[in-house]
Amino acid sequence: MWEYAPAPESRDIANLKPNYRMFVDGQFVEGTGEPLKTVNPATEEVLAEVSTASKEDVDKAVKAARRAYDRTWSKMPGSERAKYIYRIARLIQERSRELAVLESLDNGKPIKESRDVDVPTAAAHFFYHAGWADKLSYAGYGPDPKPLGVAGQVIPWNFPLLMAAWKIAPALACGNTVVLKPAETTPLSALVLAEIIQQADLPPGVVNIIPGAGDIGATLVEHPDVNKVAFTGSTEVGKIIQRQLAGTSKKLTLELGGKAANVVFDDAPLDQAVEGIVNGIFFNQGHVCCAGSRLLVQESVADELLEKLRVRVSTLRVGDPLDKNTDVGAINSREQLTKIQELVESGEGEGASRWTSACPLPDKGFFFAPTVFSNVSQAMRIAREEIFGPVLSVLTFRTPDEAVAKANNTPYGLSAGVWTEKGSRILWMAQRMRAGVVWSNTFNRFDPTAPFGGYQESGFGREGGRTGLEAYLDV
Amino acid sequence: MSDRISVAKTYKLYIGGAFPRSESGRSYPVTDHKGAFLANAAQGSRKDARDAVGAARKAFPGWSGATAYNRGQVLYRVAEMLEGRREQFIAEVSAAEGVPAKKAQSLVDAAIDRWVWYAGWTDKIASVLGAANPVAGPYFSFSTPEPTGVVAVLAPQQSSLLGLVSVVAPVIASGNTAVVVTSQDRPLPAITLSEVLATSDLPGGVVNLLTGRTAEIAPWLASHADVNALDLTGAPESIRADLERSAAGTVKRVLRARPSEDFTREPDLSRIRAYLETKTVWHPMGV
Amino acid sequence: MAAPTTLPSALADAVRDESSLRRFLHGLPGVDQVGVEQRAAGLGTRSIKKASKMQAIDTAISMVDLTTLEGADTPGKVRSLAAKARRPDPERPDVPKVAAVCVYPDMVKTAADELKGTGINVASVATAFPSGRSTLEIKLADTRFAVEQGATEVDMVIDRGAFLSGRYGLVFDEIVRVKEACGDAHLKVILETGELVTYDNVRRASWLALLAGGDFIKTSTGKVQPAATLPVTHVMLQAVRDWHTQTGELRGVKPAGGIRTTKDAIKYLVAVHEVAGPEWLNNHLFRFGASTLLNDLLMQRRTQTDGHYSGPDYVTVD
Repeated sequence: MWEYAPAPESRDIANLKPNYRMFVDGQFVEGTGEPLKTVNPATEEVLAEVSTASKEDVDKAVKAARRAYDRTWSKMPGSERAKYIYRIARLIQERSRELAVLESLDNGKPIKESRDVDVPTAAAHFFYHAGWADKLSYAGYGPDPKPLGVAGQVIPWNFPLLMAAWKIAPALACGNTVVLKPAETTPLSALVLAEIIQQADLPPGVVNIIPGAGDIGATLVEHPDVNKVAFTGSTEVGKIIQRQLAGTSKKLTLELGGKAANVVFDDAPLDQAVEGIVNGIFFNQGHVCCAGSRLLVQESVADELLEKLRVRVSTLRVGDPLDKNTDVGAINSREQLTKIQELVESGEGEGASRWTSACPLPDKGFFFAPTVFSNVSQAMRIAREEIFGPVLSVLTFRTPDEAVAKANNTPYGLSAGVWTEKGSRILWMAQRMRAGVVWSNTFNRFDPTAPFGGYQESGFGREGGRTGLEAYLDV
Repeated sequence: MSDRISVAKTYKLYIGGAFPRSESGRSYPVTDHKGAFLANAAQGSRKDARDAVGAARKAFPGWSGATAYNRGQVLYRVAEMLEGRREQFIAEVSAAEGVPAKKAQSLVDAAIDRWVWYAGWTDKIASVLGAANPVAGPYFSFSTPEPTGVVAVLAPQQSSLLGLVSVVAPVIASGNTAVVVTSQDRPLPAITLSEVLATSDLPGGVVNLLTGRTAEIAPWLASHADVNALDLTGAPESIRADLERSAAGTVKRVLRARPSEDFTREPDLSRIRAYLETKTVWHPMGV
Repeated sequence: MAAPTTLPSALADAVRDESSLRRFLHGLPGVDQVGVEQRAAGLGTRSIKKASKMQAIDTAISMVDLTTLEGADTPGKVRSLAAKARRPDPERPDVPKVAAVCVYPDMVKTAADELKGTGINVASVATAFPSGRSTLEIKLADTRFAVEQGATEVDMVIDRGAFLSGRYGLVFDEIVRVKEACGDAHLKVILETGELVTYDNVRRASWLALLAGGDFIKTSTGKVQPAATLPVTHVMLQAVRDWHTQTGELRGVKPAGGIRTTKDAIKYLVAVHEVAGPEWLNNHLFRFGASTLLNDLLMQRRTQTDGHYSGPDYVTVD
């Protein structure tokens, strides 16, 4: 047998420091909240201590953002804002390896994903939006669209740096200033992004980054001097925020959960469909709001496809996120692992057939082996609830109409996939599936030029493209 | 003067293309601005709202799936029909809003023109708001606007016809279907408009009109899980925040009331955009 | 069509006549170009280090079909190639010998004499290599000659013109006849994927060759660009894997042409390992058609064993 020797990326590259502080008004300062210890989910060891914001610190950050908005950023010509944002893009590229290793340490995602997806896409988002800063009058929102003011942004732990980029880049390009709260379990890459913003010499207060738990996020979005709230996270919290903002004039965009259907027809390119299914649900340990967590297979090809899928999933290498050969890394937290385990148990309890890869798992850390449930019915929890883990539910269908009906039978509507070699059927399906993104004969592709966001309870507003600018303009 | 007794109209609801009375059997008197009795209007109930949402949902696949050209022609047909009953609307608007005939005439003309304006948008929305996305990879990616679904509209309380048209036309132009709660105290032009809609090739259920107490009906629409979006324009200020909180239960798109919105002004795309989803489709390019 | 080799009943229908063969080949699932290229590139980022790299290098050396297919070939050139095949790195006796030496038919005897008793196979290209543009009789005669001269493996080319114009039966028949002419010699069927252009064609040609009895499917003659590529090899590995699933038989794959570095070779081995499966990781089921690759493998092997980088003057040029 040929075993791959461990090929770990050196953790020294991350320049990990024992302490991280929040970034307010251009300075790294000690927060007055209870410091948090951020943990490497692959080893359960503490990576660093991070100071967090208190409610008073939130106020300071918002005030700093307001000052920066009033005094400099809203008055600066777009062409000048653009150059600052371009600088950030370049600095991310220059420090890409450091950011990638840090991200994998803090989040648990495989280094190949942080290296090949998260960090380069984050840089791309800044680069793309930088160019908009002096071209907003061409964006289709009138001759001189205005920014909103101070944006309060709350992001999740699944793509810590990339989500920060998705939020900050369009906000700055449109002329807003930002207070961003990274997720409690993954604050580090956002704070290195703060260093980058400092290196880019952005005026103090234009971007403020304040780590903290959910209560600090709530304080931020409730702050009376915040004009715009952008949230990516669970539908449950998204609803709370929407309620909090009721009756105010704050503009809100939400990017929430999903339970995407990935529909495979019998004439699909099967080997690539298998890759797409694997990428759809096991990319980033399934911690993806747009994950293809419901596989809908045409009955005539279900057995063949499932067999190929199991063989392929068996080759997935689960383990040390820093190993360049790891395909599936660590679950981000014990809490998330418990949630996954609980839902998997419910799947077994409700009578679905469980298959789990026999891959070895590390002794320490939070890991969950790739799992595929077959004989799943729409009524089961594993077919309806977002698991946010490496667990796929397989259902079957007989006709295109049935596929559409099952695909749309969810309160969510973030993404969908369709696999068939027949072009007209792709367009037919794409038109009927109620989802903000439809990947046909591919899955989980992201680009700053392509708007992303959900229907129904997956949220509202889009990120990326010309469409995404609307969220940060007073239009 | 003839001493003939005129035939008075019974004002009813408009749901699924039919004109039912309220299932509750209730009605309420509608007066002109001086307090003189005009007619009894149906006082729509929770169940009427439910039926209207059902009708709107049923109409959604057909209307959103119709070609943009077809929707444009239907909206233009509404303008034609309205034009034909121009005098009637001038009289009703004048009575409802207490404005002189000349002012009422300009409001009715503007309402007719508004239908024409939105009729022209149906087949341009996708070109103006959609895009081919130049993604960095071997994929064709395009984004296209799609209607969000069933939209609950709380029509303006003051502007009984022009305001109503200004909030309903952008909803249906892009393929949404609507459940509209009319102006509470000035509902009659709305009911007459529904007669126009019913004779304009507009499929039943695309627009459903409820008269009654806005504050009574609105919460049921705001919380209804099969409603996708909510326009708060005509919501009483005291319940706007509550309605918005309620709408959050299923993450509805909410269009907040704009302070003293002037419907005589030239509209822009914002009301169309408010009820659109952007769908991005990707496909690889290869041989 | 000619009588096929004994086929499992599930596939016997496919080769009943020309139209059933066409239906079968066109009924194979399509291959999405972007998807397969992405998968190949993704798998290409596997990082093979230390002991696993040493093992990969030795495995790769043992899989090399050391090849010379030049108009300028002479018995002297072939003899020195045979010497290299026997002892790739004369100073390092623990280096495995290569799988085969691959030559034109008129050089087979020289090669066979040199390699007698070594266990190294003598492979010969045949069938009007590389274009295949001749009559069936000549192709069969070419094959018989090679085998008579001592070839234990025959690398034939398919009629790409016939394939591209949809005359699958003709291509099939030729393979069946050449296979008969091979006797006990193993048959590698060269698809010349650079001329087939699409991955759908590669998949169909792979299945056609497997149905007709090819022991190996081979990418290229080395005379047409592009020769072997990683995604093409992925598609062919999928074919032998699926063949195995359906028939229980193990057939081999040979990428040839353009694989020059150890880094490239290891990417192919990773593909073999993860696309087809570990049971294909030996020279009975996977070969590299190459000439310069061997020296790079030897240099990298020295780097592994010596702990410092080696240079071209420390491996022999033959």
